[in-house]
Amino acid sequence: MSAGFVIIVTGILVAVPCAVLGTLLVLRQMAMVGDAISHAVLPGIVLAFFLSGSLGPLAALVGAGAFGLLTAVFIEALRSTGRVKEDSSIGIVFTALFALGAFLISRYAGNVHLDLEHVLYGEIAFAPLNTLVVGGVDLGPRTFWTLGIVTVLALGLVLLLYKELKVSTFDPGLAVALGLAPGVVHYLLMGAVSVTVVGAFDAVGAILVVAFLIAPPATAYLLTERLSYMMVLAVAVGVVSAVAGYYLAYAANVSIAGAMAVAAGALFATAVLASPTHGVLANAARRRRNRRSFARGLLLAGLSRSRRSTEHDLAHHLGWDGERVSTVLRAARSGGFVLQTGNGEVVLTRKGQEAVENLSRALR
Amino acid sequence: MKPVLKPGRERAAVVAPDATPLEVRGLTAAYREKPVLWDVSFHVPEGQLVGIIGPNGAGKTTLLKVVMGLMQPAAGRVRVFGQSFQKARRYVGYVPQRGSVDWDFPTDALDVVQMGLYGKLGWFRRPGKKERRVAEECLEKVGMGAFAHRQISQLSGGQQQRVFLARALAQDARLYLMDEPFAGVDYTTERAIVGLLRELKAQGRTVVAVHHDLGTAAEYFDRIVILNRHLIAEGPVGRALTRENLEAAYGGSGAFIGDR
Repeated sequence: MSAGFVIIVTGILVAVPCAVLGTLLVLRQMAMVGDAISHAVLPGIVLAFFLSGSLGPLAALVGAGAFGLLTAVFIEALRSTGRVKEDSSIGIVFTALFALGAFLISRYAGNVHLDLEHVLYGEIAFAPLNTLVVGGVDLGPRTFWTLGIVTVLALGLVLLLYKELKVSTFDPGLAVALGLAPGVVHYLLMGAVSVTVVGAFDAVGAILVVAFLIAPPATAYLLTERLSYMMVLAVAVGVVSAVAGYYLAYAANVSIAGAMAVAAGALFATAVLASPTHGVLANAARRRRNRRSFARGLLLAGLSRSRRSTEHDLAHHLGWDGERVSTVLRAARSGGFVLQTGNGEVVLTRKGQEAVENLSRALR
Repeated sequence: MKPVLKPGRERAAVVAPDATPLEVRGLTAAYREKPVLWDVSFHVPEGQLVGIIGPNGAGKTTLLKVVMGLMQPAAGRVRVFGQSFQKARRYVGYVPQRGSVDWDFPTDALDVVQMGLYGKLGWFRRPGKKERRVAEECLEKVGMGAFAHRQISQLSGGQQQRVFLARALAQDARLYLMDEPFAGVDYTTERAIVGLLRELKAQGRTVVAVHHDLGTAAEYFDRIVILNRHLIAEGPVGRALTRENLEAAYGGSGAFIGDR
């Protein structure tokens, strides 16, 4: 197995569960909860390390999963006091827990493999070096195992509870009325996010995992109007980011995880600009089209009131400057809405009259 | 499938055919120690359209929340078809306030209506062809058949409200709880909703709706519950919706509206 292959697959195994769960987080307007959990699991990992004596993947997953859930519970508890708004409560809980983790590391574990830089940025480049050896048998890269389990868990949760997750995200009140326990669903989702974040930890670190949780779903949100498509698209964006990021890092000789996050950001920026439905360009084009057709409508309506007039009359009648009249008139003429006679008189064509009728009908 | 994760079926009670759809007894509800509803008692007979009216902050929405078990009462109790809400929920349909959900959610009208069937499906099972057909029929009933695949943010306010009603129809309930179904809808939708309420009544179903417009309350409902933290009055429209009762609920401001 080539090192590049291991790194790319590791990146994909981070991107897929993050995209699927991130879609739900984004729709629940909980994107920052993902951020919070990604940091707050740190003390869980440290404690798991103390208790199990090694950084076994399972111990870390369990420890971090517990602290991820704890984070969700704390945020909710603090918010429900009514004294702290949700964003402040997120900020307080995750910084406190992250600080606790940092404290534990620097106080008791200064010399072990758990260094803070690794925690924050991860090091996906080491993925090929870390193999899982059980009973002397080399089972391949460790990330394949940890992230493989995480991916199966995340996909399993979403496939099994798709409709429960959907209804509790769209309308929690209805979910309660139907007996579909949105509270249970919420904590299952939080648990899955925690486990995913921990799995992704080694590879991309606590900060960059947020890019994988949020950017691909946010990109997909701009491109589709259906939840299932949004998840699939988010996965596609995540996978493309992982692959493109690897080659970008290779070409530019930069951090691989960083390059993957940059690729995800670039795809998002592209969607913001170029999405056919919600993109900046499409919106601008739509606005320009609407502006033009409205101006044409005004001109045609003015013309139908006065029957025959010259460009000059129209300018006077509409209160527009001459330049605007001639621009709009030129467009109306090439669209076949008006004719201009030899002596400069402007006359509505049949198509023009129909357009005026449609316009006044729309007003009724 | 673990039964413990599967409410709606095993734990659901089969209710008696003549059970009272909704009975509220000595209900006091409070946010922290601040009472919002104080010692409220009334019952809703089967097959009636019941309007709950009262000024802002009178506890109307709180009442619905307690009925649905979204909020625990401080004292008193609520019976739905003689059972707790949890046991009777498959007989109850719910129409929330339109503003309570995010209409930019990536889904279409048909899918929202299908959500009304999730309770019957229970945990894990996915909606299939049958659910889809039921949802399409319900959309037809509210005059929204042509909008089945319209993204929900592209519907007008009235159309969104009708989608919610179609979803409640899909729930095929005996008791419907509606939180301000007439809020902010256009005339066409208002008439469509009224028609639908009457059809539900004709089928012997019961509707309890929070309502804001005193001017139409007498026309739309058979019975009225007037709340202002306390129960001011309840009963058939002719008896409950009197000038004195409205003055008691709204203070002086209600007098000119409720003059009848």
